Amino acid sequence: MFKHLLGLRDVGREEILTVLDTARGMKEVLGRRIKKVPTLRGRIVVLLFFEPSTRTRVSFELAAKALSADTVSITAAASSVAKGESLRDTVRTLTAMGADMLVIRHPASGAAEAAARATTAAVINAGDGTHEHPTQALLDLFTMREAKGRLEGLTVTIVGDIRHSRVARSNVWALRAVGAEVRLAGPATLLPPEAAALGIPCYTTLEQALEGADVVMALRLQLERMRANYLPSLREYTRLYCITRERLRLAKPDVLLMHPGPVNRGVELAPDLVENAPSVIEEQVTNGVAVRMALLYLMLGGE
Amino acid sequence: MALAEKAQIFDRDGMRRALTRIAHEIIERNKGTAGVVLIGIRRRGVPLARRLAERIRAIEGQGVEVGVLDITLYRDDLDRLGYQPVVHQTEIPFPVTDKKVVVVDDVIYTGRTVRAAMDAIMDLGRPKAIQLAVLVDRGHRELPIKPDYVGKNVPTSRREIVAVQVEEIDGIDRVVILEERD
Repeated sequence: MFKHLLGLRDVGREEILTVLDTARGMKEVLGRRIKKVPTLRGRIVVLLFFEPSTRTRVSFELAAKALSADTVSITAAASSVAKGESLRDTVRTLTAMGADMLVIRHPASGAAEAAARATTAAVINAGDGTHEHPTQALLDLFTMREAKGRLEGLTVTIVGDIRHSRVARSNVWALRAVGAEVRLAGPATLLPPEAAALGIPCYTTLEQALEGADVVMALRLQLERMRANYLPSLREYTRLYCITRERLRLAKPDVLLMHPGPVNRGVELAPDLVENAPSVIEEQVTNGVAVRMALLYLMLGGE
Repeated sequence: MALAEKAQIFDRDGMRRALTRIAHEIIERNKGTAGVVLIGIRRRGVPLARRLAERIRAIEGQGVEVGVLDITLYRDDLDRLGYQPVVHQTEIPFPVTDKKVVVVDDVIYTGRTVRAAMDAIMDLGRPKAIQLAVLVDRGHRELPIKPDYVGKNVPTSRREIVAVQVEEIDGIDRVVILEERD
């Protein structure tokens, strides 16, 4: 298994499947009344969050606790970072205190990699800028595999602001590694320029991208993109790219609808789709804990 | 270092007879099957538990539930192994609280697996009792654990390996002792 999980670009099919297989056993633990096993007793996991996050931070924290690891959660505002301490010095300090793993979320792309260079602890990237968010993609794959029974050959359509999305980037690498077919859809300004070189089909017409899809994944639209002139108006985006029940009929009858959250209701998804089938948004959240448990187990055990 | 077969402990018939006897003993000790459940430890404890359940049904006309336990997350040697053993699913679809739980495994050796299994079961509920059934007891206990039902006691040296093979996994029913030869 990898020492650090900084992204999925260089992670192979076998490693991805090992994580997903392990997560299955972890999910069973989460279904128990006592959601705790002694596996990582005495290990220290530090959660270092320089960006707001509810689900990812809580998910990691619950995962570590379910495996009996000790957790310390640090947010930028309440730490020496606010006094101007550099990322490198913060990481070195935490390492000196005995952290076995650092989970880091940071607005700058490459921050997790920089942290990994400054520590002997294992590092998991919990989202860095517009670069990668590998644990989100792994939980997405787990959710798809659980629902469909396979990943190979699935057609997955990712809709929205692909260009700035670390979730999309990590999903693209992982889905390609396991043999799924990826399609990207969104306004031309929000499609990644490098997609063509990678041979990934891009669509500016949502309807075409949905045709025959097994999985549709809508991404959160960062509203600040409007100010940066990537989009003329929210209304136009919604009119062209909001996933509605009507539009979903173009996909396979057993299509799975996913969203990494938090959802802008009525922007990325029609409000009635958020909590109802075929949406599995809450399932994704549950699976996130199991997948993170698997990663902690695989990366922290052994010597 | 190669492994050579030293002796055969059970053939197919021997294994069948031992399991039949253990099934009778479980029924006798528990005065029937009321409240009795079997939990097989992955991997080879699982088919053995299923076979015991079949025999108990044949003898008593009453079935017992069978669960599957993966003890990986409870092992005490995870940081000594140098690799991470694969985690499989535990499937115990019934409450263990107030049940007489018979843990089933193929071989008992140091007793550490059984310790892990007991901790895992206690985390699932509060059984009325936990009993232990094994096909082979090979000695060398490192913990104060003693099986309630034993197919055969086999004195071994630590250089030897007791290999239980079952039809469901290995395509054959037999138990052999393997020895390390340099």
